[in-house]
Amino acid sequence: MLRLLFTLLLLLPLATQASEGEFFLTAKPAEQASLLETWAAQPDAARLPLLENLRQGRIAENDTRKLRLNNRLRGLIDNTLASHQLLSDQANVRLVAAQQLQKTAQPAQMAFLDRRFASEPDAAVHAALGLALANLQLGASEPAVRLAAVRLLGETGDPLARTRLEALLQPDAETDAAVRIAAETSLAQVQRKLLVGELLGQAFSGLSLGSILLLAALGLAITFGLLGVINMAHGEMLMLGAYSTYMVQVLLQRYAPGAIEFYPLIALPVAFAVSAGVGMALERTVIRHLYGRPLETLLATWGISLILIQAVRLIFGAQNVEVSNPAWLSGGIQVLPNLVLPYNRLVIIGFALAVVLLTWLLLNRTRLGLNVRAVTQNRNMAACCGVSTGRVDMLAFGLGSGIAGLGGVALSQVGNVGPDLGQSYIIDSFLVVVLGGVGQLAGSLWAAFGLGIANKLLEPQIGAVLGKILILALIILFIQKRPQGLFALKGRVID
Amino acid sequence: MKRRSLIKAFTLSASIAAMGLSWSIQAAETIKVGILHSLSGTMAISETSLKDMALMTIDEINAKGGVNGKLLEPVVVDPASNWPLFAEKSRQLLTQDKVAVVFGCWTSVSRKSVLPVFEELNGLLFYPVQYEGEEMSPNVFYTGAAPNQQAIPAVEYLMSEDGGGAKRFFLLGTDYVYPRTTNKILRAFLHSKGVADKDIEEVYTPFGHSDYQTIVANIKKFSAGGKTAVISTVNGDSNVPFYKELANQGLKATDVPVVAFSVGEEELRGIDTKPLVGHLAAWNYFESVDNPVNQKFVADWKAYAKAKNLPGADKAVTNDPMEATYVGIHMWAQAAQKAGSTDVDKVREALAGQSFKAPSGFTLTMDKSNHHLHKPVMIGEIQDDGQFSVVWQTEEPLRAQPWSPFIPGNDKRPDYAVKGN
Repeated sequence: MLRLLFTLLLLLPLATQASEGEFFLTAKPAEQASLLETWAAQPDAARLPLLENLRQGRIAENDTRKLRLNNRLRGLIDNTLASHQLLSDQANVRLVAAQQLQKTAQPAQMAFLDRRFASEPDAAVHAALGLALANLQLGASEPAVRLAAVRLLGETGDPLARTRLEALLQPDAETDAAVRIAAETSLAQVQRKLLVGELLGQAFSGLSLGSILLLAALGLAITFGLLGVINMAHGEMLMLGAYSTYMVQVLLQRYAPGAIEFYPLIALPVAFAVSAGVGMALERTVIRHLYGRPLETLLATWGISLILIQAVRLIFGAQNVEVSNPAWLSGGIQVLPNLVLPYNRLVIIGFALAVVLLTWLLLNRTRLGLNVRAVTQNRNMAACCGVSTGRVDMLAFGLGSGIAGLGGVALSQVGNVGPDLGQSYIIDSFLVVVLGGVGQLAGSLWAAFGLGIANKLLEPQIGAVLGKILILALIILFIQKRPQGLFALKGRVID
Repeated sequence: MKRRSLIKAFTLSASIAAMGLSWSIQAAETIKVGILHSLSGTMAISETSLKDMALMTIDEINAKGGVNGKLLEPVVVDPASNWPLFAEKSRQLLTQDKVAVVFGCWTSVSRKSVLPVFEELNGLLFYPVQYEGEEMSPNVFYTGAAPNQQAIPAVEYLMSEDGGGAKRFFLLGTDYVYPRTTNKILRAFLHSKGVADKDIEEVYTPFGHSDYQTIVANIKKFSAGGKTAVISTVNGDSNVPFYKELANQGLKATDVPVVAFSVGEEELRGIDTKPLVGHLAAWNYFESVDNPVNQKFVADWKAYAKAKNLPGADKAVTNDPMEATYVGIHMWAQAAQKAGSTDVDKVREALAGQSFKAPSGFTLTMDKSNHHLHKPVMIGEIQDDGQFSVVWQTEEPLRAQPWSPFIPGNDKRPDYAVKGN
C-alpha cells in the first residue's frame, strides 16, 4: 500500500515538491525513513530544495510548521541530499556530495552511482565517486569487481576503509583467494596511512596543549620569573582577560552586530588594558609593600585572588558565561582522512608564538625592557644609575598581568569562562615557570611545549588521570635533580 | 522582689500580645528547614540554582499558609563544594538549628559524606539529583532518578532504530563514584544485550579536565569500527570544552551521537549550542515539556529570578534537579501536613505513597517502601536555542530500582530502607 503511494507520488510530476513535503510532514518516522531511502536511490533534481529545507527542519522556506527529526532521519536526509547534489552542475558541490556518499551510501543507490560514475567529467569527483562505489562493490557477486574495489580502497587513508577491509578478512567472509590477498595488502597500506595521521594528530595536540600552557604561564614568567613575586593572583588575571572577552562580545552584540565576527581581535587590547590596569593597581597598593617577604606575598596575593573571584561572582554570577567561537574559529581543516586540525587551536598556537616574540622584543630591545632587566638583576645598582625602580616594578608587573590577560582571551576560545577559570591554570602555570627555570622566557617556552607533548604522548597509553599523575611525579624528580630548572641563570645575578 | 514583679510584668505583656496579635505567634513559631547546597567552589555552577529554587518553593508554600499553620523558615548554609564540610554543616543544621528537614547535596560524594550524620541524628534529607543507586537510607528521600530511570532507557534508545542503532559504546566520565558505578551497571547491561567487551570503551578524566583533543580523536577512531554512541557522565563545566572539541573536530550527532546524563539546560547556558544540535540528554524533566503545570512552573521561576534579581535572570532556565527539588519540598510539606507534625518518623511514614502533580506533566508518587520517586524517563535532543526537544519518553512513571539488578549480589538486598547500607 505504502509502496504504491510512493510510486504514485513519484509519478506525479506537477506540484511534486509541495505534496511530497506535505506527505513527509505527516508521515511516521519509519515511513519518512523509507521515503528518504527511495528518494536516495532515484534522485530528482526538482526535489533538491525540499531536501535542503528538510535539513533545516522544515518543509518549505516560509512554512513555520516544525519537522520532528531524529539522528537517524538526519543521517538519511544527508545521504539523500548528497545523492541529489550529484545532479548539480557545479563540480565542487558534486565533490562534497561524493565524499558524503563514501560514508553513507547504501546498496540501493549503487545503480544510480554507477551511472553518475560513468558520466562524471570532473577528475576529482570521478575519483571520489569511484571510492564511494568501491565501498558498495565489496559486496558484489563477481570476484573481479570485488578485487578492483579492494585495490582501490587500499589507495585511501580512510578509517572506514580499514573497518570494511577488516570485515572482509574475517574468517569465511571472503572466499576468493585472490581477493583475500589483495585485501590484506590493501589493509596494510591503509593502516600505514592511518598511523601517519594518528602520529601527526598526537603531535598536533601536544603542540596545542603546549601553546595553551605557554599562554597561561607567560604572564607568570614575568611577574614570578623576573620580578620574583609569588603571584597567586596570576590565574585571576587570566580570568579577567577571559571576562573582558565576554564583555566585548556582549557589547558588540548590542551596539555593533556587524563587527561581532572579529570580537576576539577587539578583545585583545581591552583584555590587556584591563588586566594590566588591575595588575598595576595591585602592585602599587599591596605588593610593593611586600617585596622581599615571599611568605606574606604568597598569602596576600592568595587573598587578592579570592577577592577577585568573589567580585566577579557578584557581578557576573557563579555560572559560567557563554563565549562563542566566531565562525572563522569554528570547525577545522581536514588534512588527512583521520586528521582534522581545528582552526581555534591553529590560531592559538600562532598567537602564543607571536606573544612570546613580542614579549622577548619588549624585554630585549626596548628601554623599558632594559630597565626591567637591570632592576631584576641588581635593584640597588639600577637605582643608583637613576632608574626609577618603583615605576619599573609597576610597569613590569602590569606587563606580566597584561600578558596574562591576553592569555585569557585565548583560553576563552577553548575552555570555560567562569569565576574559577584561573584556579585551574595556576598550578600548571607555576609548573611551567619552575620547570623552565625562573627568570627565563625561553625556559618557559620549552617547558610549556615539552609538558604539552609529554602529556599527549602519555595520555593515549595510560589515560588522562594517570597521565597527569605521572607527569607531576616526573617533574618532582626533575626538580630534585635540577632545582634551577631547564635553563638556569648564570653568573652573579642570583643573590 | 523586684525581679519577680518584672518577670510577672513580662509574662503578662507577652500573653496580652499573644492574644491580641496572632501573627506574632506565627512569626515566632516557624518550622526551620535546612538548605545544604554549595554556593561557592566548583559545584556552585550547578547547586546555586537549586538553593534559589528551594527558596522559591518555600515562599510558595508560605504564601498558602505554610505547613500545619506554621510558616517555613529556610536556614541556608554553604558547604563550599568541600565534602567534609557537608557533614559538618549538616550536623550544625540538625543539632543547633534543629531543622525539621534538609534539602540538599548534588554530587554523590557529598551525599555519602552527610549520610552517617543523618542516620546518627535521625534527620531527614531530600536529595534531588539523578545518581548511581546502590543506596537506600531510611533518613534520605531520593527525588532524582535511579539508573533504571535514566541510564538504562537511554542506552536502550540508542540501540533502537530511531536512536541510530548503535553497536559500539564509548563510556566517558569524570573520575568519581557516580560515573564509575553507572558505567559498571551499563557494562553489565550491555553484556546482557550481547555487546562484547571489545565494543565497549571506558575512559575517565579528572574533575575540571579541559583538554579533550586526545579523547575526541579516540572516539573518532573507535567509531570507525561500527555505529558508535558516546555515553557521557562528564560532570560540571568540563562539558563545555568537550562539546566544543567535538564540534571543532567535525564529529556530528548524525555520525556519533553523545547522550549525556549530567548536562541540562543550566549547563548549556555556557555553550553555543548550534554545532551540538542532535546530541542527546536523558532526564525526567525538560524545560520545554509542554503542559499547564510546567508553564506555570517556568513562568514562576522566571518571575522569581527577576524579582530577586538573580545573576543572569533574563536568561533563567529550569532543569531536572530544580524540578526534583520543587517536587521534593512540596511532597515533604504534604506529608508533614498529613502527619500533623514535622517529627521525622511520622513524616517518613506519611511520605510513603504521597503523590504530587509535577511540572514534568505526570503525577509523581513516592514509592511505598523504597524512598524513591516513580519517574517518567525522557530523552531530549539539544536544540540550537539551548533547549531540549523530547524525542522519546516513557508512557508511565517507572518505579526506581536503586539496587540495580545488573550488579551481582543486589538480588539479595531488601526492597525497603535499612540503615547503614
